[in-house]
Amino acid sequence: MGVGKKIDRVDAYAKVTGEAKYSADLAPDGLLVARVVHSKIANGLVKSFDLDEALKVPGVVKIVTCFDVPDIQFPTAGHPWSVEAAHQDVQDRKILNQRVRFYGDDIAAVIAEDEVAASRAARLIKVVYEEYPPVLTVDEAMAEGAVPVHSEYPDNILKHTRFTVGDGDFEKAAKENGLLLIDKVYETQRVQHCHIEVPVSFAYQDANGKIVVTTSTQIPHIVRRVIGQALGIPWGKIRVIKPYIGGGFGNKQDVLYEPLNAFLCTQVGGRGVRLELTREETLACTRVRHAVKFHAKAAVRPDGTLVSRKLEVFSNQGAYASHGHAIAANAANMFKQLYQDEKGLEADSYTVYTNSATAGAMRGYGIPQSDFVTEALTEDLARLTGIDPLEYRLKNCVKEGYVDPHLKFGFESYGLKECILKGRDFIHWDEKRAEYKDQTGPVRRGVGMAIFCYKTGVYPISLETASCRMVLNQDGSLQIQMGATEIGQGADTVFSQMAAESLGITEDRIYVVSTQDTDITPFDTGAYASRQTYVSGKALKKTAEQLKAKILDYASYKLKLPAEGLDIRDNYIVSMADNKSLLSMEELATEAFYSLDRSVHITAEATYHCKENTFASGVCFAEVEVDMPLGKVKVLNIINVHDSGILINPKLAEAQVHGGISMGIGYGLSEILLYDKNGKPLNDNLLDYKMPTSMDTPDLHVDFVQINDPTGPYGNKALGEPPAIPVAPALRNAVLHATGVAVDSLPLDPQKLVEHFKAAGLI
Amino acid sequence: MYDIEKIYQAKDVPDAVRALAENPDAVVISGGSDVLIQIREGRLAGCSLVSIHNIAELKGIEMDKDGTILIRPATSFSHITNNDIIKKYIPVLGDAVDQVGSPQIRNIGTVGGNVCNGVTSADSASTLFALNAVLELTGENGTRQVPIGQFYKGPGKTVREHSEILTAIRITKDNYDGFGGHYIKYGKRNAMEIATLGCSVSVKLTPDKKAIEDLRLAYGVAAPTPMRCTETESAVKEMKISPELFEKVGKGALAEVNPRSSWRASKEFRLQLIEELGKRALKQAIINAGGTLDA
Amino acid sequence: MLKVINLTVNGKAHELAVDDREALVDTLRNRLGLTSVKKGCEVGECGACTVLVNGEAMDSCIYLTVWAEGKNIMTVEGLKGPNGELSPIQKAFIEEAAVQCGFCTPGLIMTAVEIVGTGKKYNRDELRKLISGHLCRCTGYENILNAMERIVDETYKVVGK
Repeated sequence: MGVGKKIDRVDAYAKVTGEAKYSADLAPDGLLVARVVHSKIANGLVKSFDLDEALKVPGVVKIVTCFDVPDIQFPTAGHPWSVEAAHQDVQDRKILNQRVRFYGDDIAAVIAEDEVAASRAARLIKVVYEEYPPVLTVDEAMAEGAVPVHSEYPDNILKHTRFTVGDGDFEKAAKENGLLLIDKVYETQRVQHCHIEVPVSFAYQDANGKIVVTTSTQIPHIVRRVIGQALGIPWGKIRVIKPYIGGGFGNKQDVLYEPLNAFLCTQVGGRGVRLELTREETLACTRVRHAVKFHAKAAVRPDGTLVSRKLEVFSNQGAYASHGHAIAANAANMFKQLYQDEKGLEADSYTVYTNSATAGAMRGYGIPQSDFVTEALTEDLARLTGIDPLEYRLKNCVKEGYVDPHLKFGFESYGLKECILKGRDFIHWDEKRAEYKDQTGPVRRGVGMAIFCYKTGVYPISLETASCRMVLNQDGSLQIQMGATEIGQGADTVFSQMAAESLGITEDRIYVVSTQDTDITPFDTGAYASRQTYVSGKALKKTAEQLKAKILDYASYKLKLPAEGLDIRDNYIVSMADNKSLLSMEELATEAFYSLDRSVHITAEATYHCKENTFASGVCFAEVEVDMPLGKVKVLNIINVHDSGILINPKLAEAQVHGGISMGIGYGLSEILLYDKNGKPLNDNLLDYKMPTSMDTPDLHVDFVQINDPTGPYGNKALGEPPAIPVAPALRNAVLHATGVAVDSLPLDPQKLVEHFKAAGLI
Repeated sequence: MYDIEKIYQAKDVPDAVRALAENPDAVVISGGSDVLIQIREGRLAGCSLVSIHNIAELKGIEMDKDGTILIRPATSFSHITNNDIIKKYIPVLGDAVDQVGSPQIRNIGTVGGNVCNGVTSADSASTLFALNAVLELTGENGTRQVPIGQFYKGPGKTVREHSEILTAIRITKDNYDGFGGHYIKYGKRNAMEIATLGCSVSVKLTPDKKAIEDLRLAYGVAAPTPMRCTETESAVKEMKISPELFEKVGKGALAEVNPRSSWRASKEFRLQLIEELGKRALKQAIINAGGTLDA
Repeated sequence: MLKVINLTVNGKAHELAVDDREALVDTLRNRLGLTSVKKGCEVGECGACTVLVNGEAMDSCIYLTVWAEGKNIMTVEGLKGPNGELSPIQKAFIEEAAVQCGFCTPGLIMTAVEIVGTGKKYNRDELRKLISGHLCRCTGYENILNAMERIVDETYKVVGK
């Protein structure tokens, strides 16, 4: 019972029986169907529509265009709202946009009786555009004379920030005699989350005129706020319901099509309208991971001392701000945090609008990109000095006690070095590095590694707040309502374990209400960062302490014993002195409800405003076999070792790491969203977009270093996102070890590798 | 729900031929794994379908008395792979179609559909080329036999007339007896792939197993249609199994193919694969034919 | 056009009027309420809608319902025993932590039913191939394979072929 136990998921039964209801499963009969009309150009302006043919299609109920929507620009990022205007998310899009900013922008919507009618009509709508040349890359967008994607940002730079550490002058530091220098560009590609459930929602107006939206989201309370903002109506007039969701990974930490869905239902008299994206729309028109170009410089002494580094980050934001500069800023921060330069570091980050798919949150939030540049550069520096890359990392990586000079928090618990040593043993680093030293022939093997650190929540950059409500049932069992959401990561299960730990009530008597309903559920900003076990866990713990005090107070009344001497264990009130069971929770609860003397409905509710943060960290080790003539990388062995504090449920923790490693393998070797020169997506389907199948994924190994984190509610810290972070650079470094070829852009796909191997004269 | 104008479910082959003749715009649908996708993406939206999905006489595999293997075209990929005749006599074909898409696609997709859609990436096609398969087309004027080498006219185009149905795929004994074969599908992933390149080799060795008696070198995606490298095949006849043989096959293929660049892969990359896969497929085919590489 | 078809779903015979343009996934979800059958791509790439048609795993999104005339369809809803007990496959998925968001789970379980139904023993790489028609973003397939291996071994011990 409680924290640290490998219990089965609380929602597993519902999911293996097919009884778990996701948004589309809850849609009532008779809903109208909406289909979004997307622009067929990447940059321009809608001048007019010809709807005549489309309106003639039998079954079409209404067509709404960008000329019909409220003239309100709203933000979409799943961030807590800021009451200070300067810190509010950028409000740069409308429900439908006349100003087309990427190929696939939402310009109209068809409402019809069925999906065939809606699709037919959507195909028949004629659009007249004024076209501008598209700017697809950061370089194009920042070039002189580029068309501004948003008139408010004439140079297309959404934001530029700069920070320094120490001297903050790389060029000066690099002048020292005898230094080894690197000046290189590293690039990461645009990829997508690929949650298997596409974004889907349905909306209707209830008898009181309230708009009720059921949607597949990670952030129901934020969705409510943004719908209100987008439609220009009070937030309380909106009710958002979030049932089980089929994965999110950050894409659903953005308000995608819920405002449009809500608006469309108001356009047909409040009738229910379903808006389900296709997979193609999901890949082309929802969020992607920022493609980032990094210009890195570094200076190292021959003895391996890291003297100074300089990083320029150019983050391709795409058409709309979404999470915006937070990603690039995060990326630059990790570059700083993972290694400390003797003389300092400077970092410039630019987030740049382009006419391409909007980049938003995705598992790791800028850190997978940052870890690629940081760990590729580190590997290259180690090679330059001739020092074993693992030894080089041990020498230079972030040390225990580190505090970020700007964010003012650090590792409240530190296990990075232990992770490295554990992984070294597992992969047989020293033996393999020696064994694979002087290979010849077309097929070669190598081992590589990459480390990372990751901040658990978003404090102090953003507000961290969470709430929990507990209700004791008449039989002594417990209902928990969390504002935090289950999105597949196992939140409901670990919340029940935390409650069991704090309350002495066993998990089989704890029911976590999985559905969030903004009319009922207490507030939480949602599932993002790696905050839920940490921040929402603190809310749960605080609530549990309050509830426990009330329970023991009642027990004290009932037993006529001082509450201080009582505790709850295994569903019994016990005497702390001798651990004797005095009263069952069932008896206590029944009495509390129905007592003629003192009837109390025992409940508790608390908000936790979290003003702490801590770093998690870890390492990936990979062993690969590279078939050079075919450009194929086979992962022979791979392990992630994580420093994530105390594990609430080790079985689920391992499973979460598996998924992250797999996502990292896709990022490293195969995944990339492709577009033609006009910005039109080329591979917006799951056949041509290469996320790993079971045959591309090797056996995945996981280990942990469990150190109690004093700031974690149960000694825990981030685990949700970290597993996806170090894999791609570890693979890149393993291929480098195998072949001597350093690939500085992701992914390491076969054609690129063959080109590199040919250039190196290896094939 | 699919945007289909109407669907006619044919009872048998003559019924299907008649239905197609009556409707010059109708599209034949067999397993559905290509046609339904094209309807959904809009290319065939609003079309009329003649379904041959449930016609029993178009399914199954048998062997004639003379050893000719008859594959009925609506046989699913997985039924081909698991068929005892295929496993025993032409395992290379069973292996090839076992690499189509995914297990579920292999349960629904048919070899006839794979050939008739005319695409160069069809996993069955290069092996059928290597096996000199003969296709039987049945139309209003009876049946005709078309060697697979003459079946393709261009990308997505075949000699099949609108009202014709593919009713048989035949492989005669002299085209498999004594041969060893091997198919390599090259995709970026190891499953759920459309071939970046496919190479199928069928080889018969001399009785001492030391030299090539007969070689068939076939490719998919090396040209607008599946193809054979006939000049290379002739050039290596009677060559000893040796490093020179593999070099000659790899380089020979390069002179005969005509791959194109697309966003999926560059011409240069495909050429690299053509040379390398030709060699590798031949090596395995030699082993499958009872030879050894150090002969 | 509406067309009456007869088919058996999870052991029960149904006579249904369906639109002849309907995919089997729509019929199962919308007419029979079998919402375990999930839509993830609608083109046979993700495997979330996998059901058994006469014992073979198919993507029900690219299977026209009119083809199911006279056929036996099975979905996850048909697996539970008469008293609600789970099948060994479902138990293995739970106990091996093979379930996360759960969206790919019902389809994978149906493929598992097909695999287990052969009574054959498969090694891990063969299982990788057999489940390769299902995309999963949460698990890296690791625990799914563990569950598959376990259930295949258990079955082989009983009915080994």
